[in-house]
Amino acid sequence: MSALKLKKGDTAKSAYNLRPTFSDVIERHTLAVMVENEPGVLARVIGLFAGRGYNIESLTVAEVDHQGHLSRITIVTTGTPQVIEQIKAQLGRIVTVHEVHDLTVEGPSVERELAMFKVVGAGEKRVEALRLANIFRANVVDSTLETFVFEITGAPAKIDAFADLMRPLGLIDVARTGVAALSRGD
Amino acid sequence: MTRQMTGAKMVVQALIDQGVDTVFGYPGGAVLPIYDEIFQQNHIKHILVRHEQGAVHAAEGYARSTGKPGVCLVTSGPGATNAVTGLTDALLDSIPIIVLTGQVPTFMIGSDAFQEADTVGITRPCTKHNWLVKDTDALAGVLHEAFHVATSGRPGPVLVDIPKDVQFAQGSYDAPKPSTSHYQPKVKGDMQEITELVAAIENAKRPLFYTGGGVINSGPGASQLLRELVGATGFPITSTLMGLGAYPASGDKWLGMLGMHGLYEANMAMHGCDLMINIGARFDDRITGLISEFSPKSTKAHIDIDPSSINKVIRIDIPIVGDVGHVLEDLLKVWKSRGRKTNSEAVGKWWGQIKEWQAVDCLKFKQQGKIIKPQYALSRLEALTKDHDRYITTEVGQHQMWAAQYLNFEDPNRWMTSGGLGTMGYGFPASIGAQMGHPESLVINVAGEASWLMNMQELGTAMQYNLPVKQFILNNERLGMVRQWQELLHGERYSSSWSESLPDFVKLAEAFGAKGIQCSDPDDLDDAIMEMINYDGPVVFDCLVEKHENCFPMIPSGKAHNEMLLGDAETQGVIDAKGSVMV
Ligand SMILES: Cc1ncc(C[n+]2csc(CCOP(=O)(O)OP(=O)(O)O)c2C)c(N)n1
Ligand SMILES: [Mg+2]
Repeated sequence: MSALKLKKGDTAKSAYNLRPTFSDVIERHTLAVMVENEPGVLARVIGLFAGRGYNIESLTVAEVDHQGHLSRITIVTTGTPQVIEQIKAQLGRIVTVHEVHDLTVEGPSVERELAMFKVVGAGEKRVEALRLANIFRANVVDSTLETFVFEITGAPAKIDAFADLMRPLGLIDVARTGVAALSRGD
Repeated sequence: MTRQMTGAKMVVQALIDQGVDTVFGYPGGAVLPIYDEIFQQNHIKHILVRHEQGAVHAAEGYARSTGKPGVCLVTSGPGATNAVTGLTDALLDSIPIIVLTGQVPTFMIGSDAFQEADTVGITRPCTKHNWLVKDTDALAGVLHEAFHVATSGRPGPVLVDIPKDVQFAQGSYDAPKPSTSHYQPKVKGDMQEITELVAAIENAKRPLFYTGGGVINSGPGASQLLRELVGATGFPITSTLMGLGAYPASGDKWLGMLGMHGLYEANMAMHGCDLMINIGARFDDRITGLISEFSPKSTKAHIDIDPSSINKVIRIDIPIVGDVGHVLEDLLKVWKSRGRKTNSEAVGKWWGQIKEWQAVDCLKFKQQGKIIKPQYALSRLEALTKDHDRYITTEVGQHQMWAAQYLNFEDPNRWMTSGGLGTMGYGFPASIGAQMGHPESLVINVAGEASWLMNMQELGTAMQYNLPVKQFILNNERLGMVRQWQELLHGERYSSSWSESLPDFVKLAEAFGAKGIQCSDPDDLDDAIMEMINYDGPVVFDCLVEKHENCFPMIPSGKAHNEMLLGDAETQGVIDAKGSVMV
């Protein structure tokens, strides 16, 4: 947790930009929210988004610090700069939220998502699906005579691209984990 | 020192250790073990209300008038759901309340057991935080933390849901220690921002302090510092409904309340200022009116303990996150050390302009004839009670706005009204809570007849505990505020805004053993008010007033501050289509 040293409400250098420019441009931000891993904490976060009408494009959550009882929630959201600032400030108000990081503004970060695709087909299409999977470095995690289940990891755009290619080749089911993200460097 | 005891005993022990002297509550199956412990001790007084909503509002009245957190104890299911309105009210007005609810035993949770409700689920969005405690060993820690969370940072309501088996089981209890939890809101403001505000104060030509409930919540010290700052700078000051009393109404820099029904001079000053110093207020829509026209020429500074209040609706130039008391102390220090400078010549001219606005005398009214004007009733109430050690609560409606306009508050914690949620039925139980906190003081609830009926059952509570609360009902036989809006924007079609089948309030009072007084003649009013004040016990005062009086000044929805309506103005069609969708 060494990278996460910022305190809530710290005006000088934190995720809270208290001097925003009010603009109408819709931005997409990836937030990393460190929360106490206690019952209901996810409901608090989701309830905040639902209750105040904010968007959730993607949300992932898992405990990342077993001893410290901390979970990391990664949320991809969209809104005007003012709304994004409000979202961060509102998240910061939740008593069990320890830290809020806006990975989109705090410097370079990497985003990854895992997805599984089930593709059904025979003959040429089946061969083509396997060939494309190779190019995208997707693994075959299950196969029958008619189906493959591919597993692919990457930035969301790469997964979207893979999905577009698989669709005409017999894509029948998709499961995606949502985005996990970390800032780069230390 | 760790001690073994049952969960129920822990509840009582934690309340004692937290310095609680009064609990407002209502028993039921899921809290019987706790009630059994309350029965067997003498430290905490339990006030049996007549409805759980009343318990929460009473706790709010107690908290707001004493500065201490208010505590409620209610049962599971319906007890908890009845508390929801009070919790939401306390959340919107940032009032520290601890509500303890019973819950069905842990092994029955999720089975749709008798009187089971998902209390933490239902109250998650209307509490600052809540807990379901499934382990007796964790109970003491959660209870102490509940007090810490309710009272630190921006205060608010919290709820602890305690299953019945957790109340019966033994566990270890530890006395409260300074909280080591992660939740430690920052109270000191950033010195760089504070210095920037000082520079703005030194140069401002048309400055204005705009203060709110945050000053009251910060404690009496903050009000003291505010008075010093206003006195030393000579800048004018206005306040929201929630902040009345932080600066004395008799102070010569006082412009009166601002906002939708605020004073002409206060709203015009907001519109025309070049430096707005928001101290513990939150740019509520009742204050700003039309956002795009809100105080268009000012530099805006905002002092608030909650970072989410800053830039939420209004763009801020100088944001200061911190507790009002701490920030004002630093602000005064820096301002003094830089030589106590202001642009006094320009500020003098600004006062000249303000004096012209004040000369409009926007609250003037004429009491003529044999029907009591509500404004007159409140003016007389003010005149006859202002020298008393007085606490005022209100219900919600026209009477509430008139009370804010015509009663004067000299000190903080003297004025309790439902500001954010606008909860009819708040005032009567709140007056009970305030009276519990101040047994010797004169506590008056300024009410409308419709609001008062929403929690009138609390007359039983007032009688049972000899709480001499005065219920001053301005009876216009109308849902007056609704009627006023229907007149202004629904073509005078008064849909369901009559108070039909009203009770005889005097007989109603007498049915409970309280005193009832009715007054309809302006000439009798003073005597009747004196009779109310001098009666040692609860009084229901039925003051029959003019039925069609409208509350002015008024900024119509969707309009700017400088478009406010004064009394007797032409009011038809003043709210356009855009404004009429707003509430
Ligand atoms: C619980 C609740 N229900 C409805 C309203 C909407 N409302 C606001 S003021 C008002 C009328 C209040 O009438 P009364 O208490 O007689 O006060 P008056 O305006 O006549 O002084 C109503 C219905 C509310 N504020 N609270
Ligand atoms: Mg009325």
